[in-house]
Amino acid sequence: MAEMTMIEAIRSALRLEMERDERVIVMGEDVGQLGGVFRATDGLRQFFGPSRVVDTPLAESVIAGSALGLALTGLVPVIEIQFLGFAQNAYHQICQQLARSRYRTRGAQPAQITVRAPFGGNVRTPEFHSDSMESQFAQNTGLKIVMPASAPDAKGLLLQSIRDPDPVLFLEPLRGYRMISGEVPDGDYTVPFGALRTVREGSDVTLVAWSGSVPVAAEAAELLDAKGVSAHVVDLRTLVPLDEAGLVAALERTGRCVVVHEAPATAGFGAEVVALLQEQAFYSLEAPLRRVAAPDSHYPLPGVERDFVPGAGLVVRAALETLEA
Amino acid sequence: MSETGDPLEWYRRMQRLRRFEARAAALVESGEIVGAVHEYTGEEAVAVGVCAALREDDIITSTHRGHGHILAKGGEPRRMFAELLGRESGYNRGRGGSMHIADFSRGIYGANGIVGAGAPMACGAAHAFRTRAEDRVAVPFFGDGAMNQGVLLESFNLAVLLSLPVVFVCENNGIAITSSTEEMTPGGVAPRAAGFGLPSRSVDGMDVRAVHEAATTAVRRARAGGGPSFIECRTVRYSVHNIAAGALPRESRSEAFMEAARRRDPIERLAGELDRERGWRQGERTEIDENVEGELDAAVEFARAGRRPDAKTALDFMYAATYPDFPARGWEP
Ligand SMILES: Cc1ncc(C[n+]2csc(CCOP(=O)(O)OP(=O)(O)O)c2C)c(N)n1
Repeated sequence: MAEMTMIEAIRSALRLEMERDERVIVMGEDVGQLGGVFRATDGLRQFFGPSRVVDTPLAESVIAGSALGLALTGLVPVIEIQFLGFAQNAYHQICQQLARSRYRTRGAQPAQITVRAPFGGNVRTPEFHSDSMESQFAQNTGLKIVMPASAPDAKGLLLQSIRDPDPVLFLEPLRGYRMISGEVPDGDYTVPFGALRTVREGSDVTLVAWSGSVPVAAEAAELLDAKGVSAHVVDLRTLVPLDEAGLVAALERTGRCVVVHEAPATAGFGAEVVALLQEQAFYSLEAPLRRVAAPDSHYPLPGVERDFVPGAGLVVRAALETLEA
Repeated sequence: MSETGDPLEWYRRMQRLRRFEARAAALVESGEIVGAVHEYTGEEAVAVGVCAALREDDIITSTHRGHGHILAKGGEPRRMFAELLGRESGYNRGRGGSMHIADFSRGIYGANGIVGAGAPMACGAAHAFRTRAEDRVAVPFFGDGAMNQGVLLESFNLAVLLSLPVVFVCENNGIAITSSTEEMTPGGVAPRAAGFGLPSRSVDGMDVRAVHEAATTAVRRARAGGGPSFIECRTVRYSVHNIAAGALPRESRSEAFMEAARRRDPIERLAGELDRERGWRQGERTEIDENVEGELDAAVEFARAGRRPDAKTALDFMYAATYPDFPARGWEP
């Protein structure tokens, strides 16, 4: 065990897997010489050389598209998109080429590729740099969506992603890079997909979150605690695959549920969670299911982003409302 | 800002750009500008040389490093600072910030946070000019990094194909964050554009005269119906890629390189020429500088006095019409 920040955990996973599996190759803008604009790939080039840690041109589409070619010839690419917003320039490659290769070729051409991208707000970056776009990608069948919220998960889920035989979009909460830290197991260590994490046990209301919203839900739980309300907090970890049974069980603990996310409410992944619980656990519900999300608006300027990204206060309010219902 | 061949005016404009950026950097430092700013310092001759060859009704598109282009095309410093500070009195009423300032009344179709994204817009505008038989010209500015974005190369092709009045201006500062242009753009910038059939030139982007001369030729051709062309301006950005409170250091160029670059300084170069040619009166330089400083100080004060946007307006302008039950789900201010 070692205390690490999330960015350190990510870096250690990359290093470990590149040592363990020489098929792994890292590509992206400024990942080599600079070690990534957030230093996720810092030092990799010195260890593994420029042919395995490739600085690419400023061209997201070809970074993603060429990853498929690499994968089809037996390598295991881990590509970095500098900010998730720029992955829109590679959307076709990721969602229509990478994500469909296995299905279209009836298993002949799987795409073992990890697409890493930081995203999320409250780090003083403007639109394109802060937007939470997970649900836009989650609609693309064939793509797995992994969103760690803790340092040990960042390592364990990244190792799992790189080894997963399918393309994975691995989303890293920018705000957590250096703010979130924790005890990370040494050596090889994986976290399975589709198994949510219970952040905190509780009996009155269930808070569901993922990635950068997990600390918000945890903070809300503390505030609720002070009001005598016991919140049960779960971190989904992976949106695709989704831990449906775990979600239902988490709801059944309390009969009440608030889903928290940073993406705008309309067609955000919270809608999926709420719909699923309504379908599978309707008779366990004690109150209407609630979503706390960003407004249906573009990401605003840094000066006012705190009004945009849902904070713990809104979560507390929604949770108390479910208890009044 | 109007077309001008007057070197004194070029000097004034370049100095305005430089001192604007010095203030922007100080405002980042003091925390008044929240978030990152990409300084244009060192590249002034490009924006000023090109925009001095444009009429007020010509249009430009700009980049993440856009303050220089916007000022050179006539953007008002006070409304720019107000935008940087996120105030209602800013160009985008505090919703665009450094990377999205636009002023349609001056043909400034916007800075852009996405590398390469301005070029197709410029092509569309140029197509409209042609369709309406207007002799206006569209100028997309972009960096060397953009030379590898598909959409820019698609824009080159469209412009040639439709013979659009576009002058593509590539600011080749040799680097994209830390990626070397030489390495990332095999074959070179200007030859690549030439491969699309664009008349293509490479000029010293630290020499405002050279830039202005190349731009004048290209703009004249475009205006006369002669089609698009391409200018590579070889320049240097003096600052790190961007500045923000608490940003990670990312200077990859050597101190010796930076020193050599500063010896080619575009403003000092023009000032030296004006001295030698007796292009200005004794003390005129100081006068201009003081004027610019005064104008910019007032601009910052104007910006500071502005109101911040109200969170309740988060959904305004999302659609042409908003109505009471339009979804604003998941959020109460
Ligand atoms: C499509 C896209 N990818 C990546 C980025 C992140 N980014 C911002 S500026 C930049 C480098 C741009 O280099 P260049 O075009 O040469 O302009 P310069 O910064 O040198 O002025 C990068 C990679 C972006 N804004 N847009």
